[in-house]
Amino acid sequence: MQPIVSISDVSKTYATGFEALKHVTLDIHKGEIFALLGPNGAGKTTLISIICGIVRASTGRVIADGHDIIGEYRQARFKIGLVPQELTTDAFETVWATVTHSRGLFGRSSNPAYIEKVLKDLSLWDKKDSKIMTLSGGMKRRVMIAKALSHEPTILFLDEPTAGVDVELRRDMWNLVRSLRESGVTIILTTHYIDEAEEMADRVGVINKGEIILVEEKKALMRKLGKKEITLELAKALDRIPDALAHHKLDLSADGHELTYSYDTQGERTGITTLLHDLAEAGIRFRDLNTKQSSLEEIFVNLVRERS
Amino acid sequence: MNLHAVRAIYKFEMARTFRTLLQSVVSPVLSTSLYFVVFGGAIGSRIAEIDGVTYGAFIVPGLIMLSLLTQSISNASFGIYFPKFIGTIYELLSAPVSSLEIVIGYVGAAATKSAMLGLITLATAAFFVPLHIEHPVWMLAFLFLTCITFSLFGFIIGIWARNFEQLQLIPLLIVTPLAFLGGSFYSIDMLPPLWRTISLANPVVYLVSGFRWSFFGTADVGIQISLAITLLFLVACLAIVTWIFRTGYRLKN
Ligand SMILES: Nc1ncnc2c1ncn2[C@@H]1O[C@H](COP(=O)(O)OP(=O)(O)OP(=O)(O)O)[C@@H](O)[C@H]1O
Ligand SMILES: [Mg+2]
Repeated sequence: MQPIVSISDVSKTYATGFEALKHVTLDIHKGEIFALLGPNGAGKTTLISIICGIVRASTGRVIADGHDIIGEYRQARFKIGLVPQELTTDAFETVWATVTHSRGLFGRSSNPAYIEKVLKDLSLWDKKDSKIMTLSGGMKRRVMIAKALSHEPTILFLDEPTAGVDVELRRDMWNLVRSLRESGVTIILTTHYIDEAEEMADRVGVINKGEIILVEEKKALMRKLGKKEITLELAKALDRIPDALAHHKLDLSADGHELTYSYDTQGERTGITTLLHDLAEAGIRFRDLNTKQSSLEEIFVNLVRERS
Repeated sequence: MNLHAVRAIYKFEMARTFRTLLQSVVSPVLSTSLYFVVFGGAIGSRIAEIDGVTYGAFIVPGLIMLSLLTQSISNASFGIYFPKFIGTIYELLSAPVSSLEIVIGYVGAAATKSAMLGLITLATAAFFVPLHIEHPVWMLAFLFLTCITFSLFGFIIGIWARNFEQLQLIPLLIVTPLAFLGGSFYSIDMLPPLWRTISLANPVVYLVSGFRWSFFGTADVGIQISLAITLLFLVACLAIVTWIFRTGYRLKN
């Protein structure tokens, strides 16, 4: 499948000499929700800014919807909407004026009915004549989303859309993103909330210190890394794993008090039943049992730690 | 050409002007009136006619020029500096607009506003002294040319400035002295020969002179030279703006 955004070998060195991106190559598929994760300063905003034309890449090239973002910037940018990380809005304009302005800026003829729909979808309709400075932070963020959607983009960048947003607005935002995806919009979002990526994304990319260190289908990632472990606290310490249990791939803790069994939750047979049966046969009794599943968050933290 | 974008920028900037219309209009009317009371009335009555024009009438083109220069620079520099300052420039940079469209939108709006104020100044002046405009078409041509040229100059300052001090610096340190020494209130023929020669290095002299010629048909320097120098300055500003957008100077990292 032809990627909707194709980033090849993009590097960025800022004027300070700081190398914010190192040979980033990444394809975004049409119609997906792609979550870009990474610690502070990893280069997420830099990458998005390059694609949107706000920052110049030092090397490499980006194709958006078949158009080079430099050579054919008009066609490329026409398709792209951006909600930046920082809350930056006009102050004295009304919501209606600023959103209408954005639509014009992106070369669309005016369409009040569409703007009305966007504002209603974002629960901003009753604020349409309010000056932006009179709005709360969460509403301002929605205004920025409305601006980004005003020209009907097919590729939408959301740079930390839910930072500093309350639970309810976060839910609204997720629903909005899903409905946009259903209407065919490709969405690239960055977030520090792993549960958000877990909940929303089709694919996940992890960036650290300017390098993409992993790109994976979320489901595959969860499966691969979503291993579950049972830990059995033994009544009596063992010095070694009994032969009768050898085929179960168990781990014995150093003090001999804990047996750990890993299994794949998605697998057809987890092997738990036979394990417990064999344990009983071998006369091994346990005091307690707990299970643990790694979350995307742990996966992410481990990945980033490994690399640093 | 993304005409929707040009229109959007222009409308947005003009909306800002009309929000503050009252203060925009009051200040030139007030300052023009003051100049006439002081220079035209009190001092001017003791000054002889210059080239057959009363002093009160003589200073009108200079006064309008002064207002065109300062207004064009401050409107245009603020217009582009402000989005840089509050961060909304991101939208402009990510929009499918060319540098030419950005310049037409911003500079067009700034020039419109200063032309409006220039005409208001003219109307106020006509209230104090009887005015006869010899070459009205040339008068308007010079007026618009000056507005566009100096709005471009202001646009460059707005992009260059990193803070509000720098935004004020050039108008304060360079433009105001040049404007006052550019023959707004006197004919440079009235100066001693040395200073007259030095004055010829001041571009404002040519603007004021050309503008004055369109009013009275007489000038310090030839009308062709005035026009040529003004156009030269316009081309220089255009070249700098083109370079700014080509390199992303102070706009993009
Ligand atoms: N204009 C600039 N000049 C110099 N260095 C910069 C500039 N902008 C960003 N950087 C540096 O580049 C690195 C990447 O910044 P970027 O904003 O892309 O990170 P991020 O992944 O978006 O982080 P966060 O999660 O905090 O938003 C950081 O170390 C930052 O300090
Ligand atoms: Mg960021």
